Amino acid sequence: MATYDDLRLIDRLFLKGYPFARYAADPVPCAPLRRPLGEARVALVTTAGLRDPGQENFDRRHKMGDPSFREISNEVVTQSLVESHRSHSFNRAGLAADRNLVFPLDRFRELEAGGAIGALNHRHFSFMGSIVGPRPVIQETAPEVARRLREDSVDAVLLTPV
Amino acid sequence: MCHQTVSLVQAEIERAGVATVSISLLREVTAVLRPPRALWVPFPMGYPLGSPNRPDLQRRVIAAALALLGRDDVPVLEEFTQ
Repeated sequence: MATYDDLRLIDRLFLKGYPFARYAADPVPCAPLRRPLGEARVALVTTAGLRDPGQENFDRRHKMGDPSFREISNEVVTQSLVESHRSHSFNRAGLAADRNLVFPLDRFRELEAGGAIGALNHRHFSFMGSIVGPRPVIQETAPEVARRLREDSVDAVLLTPV
Repeated sequence: MCHQTVSLVQAEIERAGVATVSISLLREVTAVLRPPRALWVPFPMGYPLGSPNRPDLQRRVIAAALALLGRDDVPVLEEFTQ
């Protein structure tokens, strides 16, 4: 179980002092699911810093955190994805052994094959979540990802942190 | 900080009219950030789907998360029970 107490002292103090409330959703948006899951187009979004081996790495030296994202093709070999997250607050062993631990694309392929979801979208999205200055995410990259998902007529999205 | 990025992106996607649900490893942070729908899981940082190479457990986490998509009493923060 992850609580503040599991984190390194320096991370714990940082999280305790960080003004998360400033970035709380207010009002909380609500978009009802437009169709049953068995007919829905689904996409994944992760903040695990995953990228395709052919894509440019995230900028790990960016002081406020790299706000950019990478498109992950639905055709990708899940285990081929490269993890380049700059955070030290999680153990990488699990993710190294199985990318589905943070980006469960193979599980969703099974759901698609079994008819539990309508279809997987042709693309998914990956951020590197260690972003302490989120304004560029709020103003630029998150709206752009939302716009692309909307353009793809995606009905439902699962988001996963690390 | 991953949870903040998840919540910000999630809120923006939901504002665009697409239903969302996220997984949370840090309930304290997610409770403050108030994304529309989140499933808190009792796993270590870096392990949102539970365990590597445990498709059965990963499937159960996903099923519990997807079950929240029908909820409109946002913000929803449910706990995953194994």
